[in-house]
Amino acid sequence: MTGGSAEPIIIMRDVHKWFGEFHVLKGINLEVGKSQKVVVCGPSGSGKSTMIRCINRLEEHQRGEIVVDGIELTSDVKNVEAIRREVGMVFQSFNLFPHLTVIENLILAPMWVRRVPRKEAEELAMSLLERVKIPEQAHKYPGQLSGGQQQRVAIARALCMKPKIMLFDEPTSALDPEMVKEVLDVMIELANEGMTMVVVTHEMGFAKSVADFVVFMDEGEIVEVAPPSVFFTNPKSDRTKLFLSQILQH
Amino acid sequence: MAVRQQTAAARVQPPITERVTVLAWLKHNLFSTWYNSLLTILVGYLLYLVLVPFFRWAVLDATIAGDSKAACSFGGACWTLVKVRLGQYVYGLYPEDQRWRVNLALVIAALAMVPLFLERFRHRLTYAVGLVVIYPIVGYALFYGGWMGLPVVETSRWGGLFLTLVIAGVGITASLPLGILLALGRRSEMPVIRSLCVAFIELVRGVPLVTILFMASVMLPLFLPAGVNFDKLMRALVGVALFSAAYMAEVIRGGLQAIPKGQYEAAMALGLGYWQMTGLVILPQALRMVIPGIVNTFIGLFKDTSLVTIIGLFDLLGMAKLIVTDPQWLGLAAESYIFAAFGFWIFCFAMSRYSQHVERRLSAGERR
Repeated sequence: MTGGSAEPIIIMRDVHKWFGEFHVLKGINLEVGKSQKVVVCGPSGSGKSTMIRCINRLEEHQRGEIVVDGIELTSDVKNVEAIRREVGMVFQSFNLFPHLTVIENLILAPMWVRRVPRKEAEELAMSLLERVKIPEQAHKYPGQLSGGQQQRVAIARALCMKPKIMLFDEPTSALDPEMVKEVLDVMIELANEGMTMVVVTHEMGFAKSVADFVVFMDEGEIVEVAPPSVFFTNPKSDRTKLFLSQILQH
Repeated sequence: MAVRQQTAAARVQPPITERVTVLAWLKHNLFSTWYNSLLTILVGYLLYLVLVPFFRWAVLDATIAGDSKAACSFGGACWTLVKVRLGQYVYGLYPEDQRWRVNLALVIAALAMVPLFLERFRHRLTYAVGLVVIYPIVGYALFYGGWMGLPVVETSRWGGLFLTLVIAGVGITASLPLGILLALGRRSEMPVIRSLCVAFIELVRGVPLVTILFMASVMLPLFLPAGVNFDKLMRALVGVALFSAAYMAEVIRGGLQAIPKGQYEAAMALGLGYWQMTGLVILPQALRMVIPGIVNTFIGLFKDTSLVTIIGLFDLLGMAKLIVTDPQWLGLAAESYIFAAFGFWIFCFAMSRYSQHVERRLSAGERR
C-alpha cells in the first residue's frame, strides 16, 4: 500500500512481529513519503503502537523489511543508532528525564550524540523552547511543569536532534482535556513546516486537518489507507465503519 | 466589605493548638493507663540501674591523669590507658618518627576533597574519578616509602584507625564502581556476562567475609607458584573490595529496577548508545534512589574491616585487643573496647549524616 507519490522515506514491507505466541503485526506494508503526515488509528491492541515503535526499533520485527531514510533496519547496532539519530519520538507518558532541567533534557542528545558544543546546543534548545512557547521554563525540572508543558518539552527535545522524521505515540492520551490543544497546536505548526510525521492518535480533528492519509489498523493488520476526506466520509471496510461510529458518536 | 473580609480571614485561621505542658505531656504519653504507668516506672528503674553506674564508672570515678595503671585507683574507668597509648590506637605499630607521613596523607586527602563540596565546580565527577585513581598511588607512596630517603614501612606495621581507614577507603572506592558494573552485568542481555555476574554475586554473597579473608591469606599462596607473593594487606584489600562489591551490586540493581521503561526508551529514541544512556540517564536516577542502601553497605563495610584481625592485621579493634594484652595494662579490656567502639561510631555516624545531606541536596530541585 502506498500513501502517495512523494519519494518514500519510510518503507515497511511484509513486517511481522510476535510477542511470544501472540501475532501482533501480520504483514504490514506501508510507505511514507518525505514531508507526508500519516495518522494511524485503530482500536486498542490493534498493533498501531508496536508498528510505529518498529520504525526506530524500540521493538524488533521478526520478518519483513523496514527501510528508513535509505538505511535498512537490521540487528546491526550502527544502523539502529544511525536511524535513531534521524527519527525523533514523542511518547504518551512524555518520558522526560526527571533528574535534569528542561534545558538539560534538550541539550543532552545533541551534545553527546551529535557532539554539538554546549553553547550551540543551548542556543538551539532555547529557540526550540520558544517555538513550543515555554522558554521561561528552561531551568525548571520536568516535575514542576504541567502535563501539556512536559509534552511540549518532549517535542522540543526530539526536535533538538534535527530529525527528518517525527514519530508520535498517542501524544495527547495522557493529558488533561484542557491541555490537548496546546500540544496539538505545536504539532500542527510542525506539520506546516514540512516535517515527515507518523502520528498514532485518536484526535480525529487533527487527522482531518493535517493528515495526508489515515491508516486504520485492526488486529495487527492495516485495514484501510485513505486520505482523510475519503476515510471519514466514505470508508470502504466494515471494520473501519464500526470503529468510526464508535469514536465519532459523541 | 472590609468587615466581611475580616471575618473571612478570621475563619481561615488555623485551629488554636493547645499549649502542652510537660506535666500534660507526661500524663498523656507515659501515664495514660495503669499499665502504662507501671511500664514507665519499670523502664525508668531499669535505666537507672544501668545508666547511673555506667556514668559513675565512665565519668565520675574515672581517671585520665598519670601515665601508668598505678595512677588509676578510684575504681572507675582508667582512661589513662587510652591517653598513653593513643598513638597506637591511631597508627598501630607504624614507627613513631614516621607518623607525620600518615598525617600528611590525611591532610592531602582532606584538601583534595574540598572541590567536591563546591557546588559551583562543574567537573566534580571527572575530578572525583581522577582523585580515586591518583590518590591511592600518592597514599601508598607516602605510607610505604622507599623513595627520596623515606624509610620503608612494611604493611605489617600499619595498624590502628589508620589501617581501618585504608581498608575501608579502598573497599568503598573500589566496591562502588565494581558494584555498578556487576549490577549492569546482571541485567545485561548477553547471557555469558549475565551468568558470570550472577555467579560471582551469589557465590560471594553466600559466604562469610571471614571465609574470603582466610581464602585470600591462607589458600591463595598455596595456588601461586613459589616465589610469587602478594602482600597480605593487598590480599585483604582485594577480598574486602570484592565482598562489598557483591552487596553493592544488589543494592544498585534495586535502583536500576525502579527506573521506568520509558526512560530507557526515550534515551534510545534520542540515539544515545548503551553507555551514554546508562551513564547520563539511568545511573544518575538509580543511584540517587538507593543512596540510603549504598551508605548502609558502606557502614557495614567500615565495621567489617575489623575482621582482618583474624588474618593477623591490626586495625582499630585489633589494636584495642592487642594493647590490653600488655602486662602493664592487664584488666582494662572494657576501656580499650569502649574507646574502639567510639572510634567506629564517630566515622559511621559521620557517613550517615553526610548521606542525609546529599539526599536533601539532590532532592531539592527535583519533584516528580
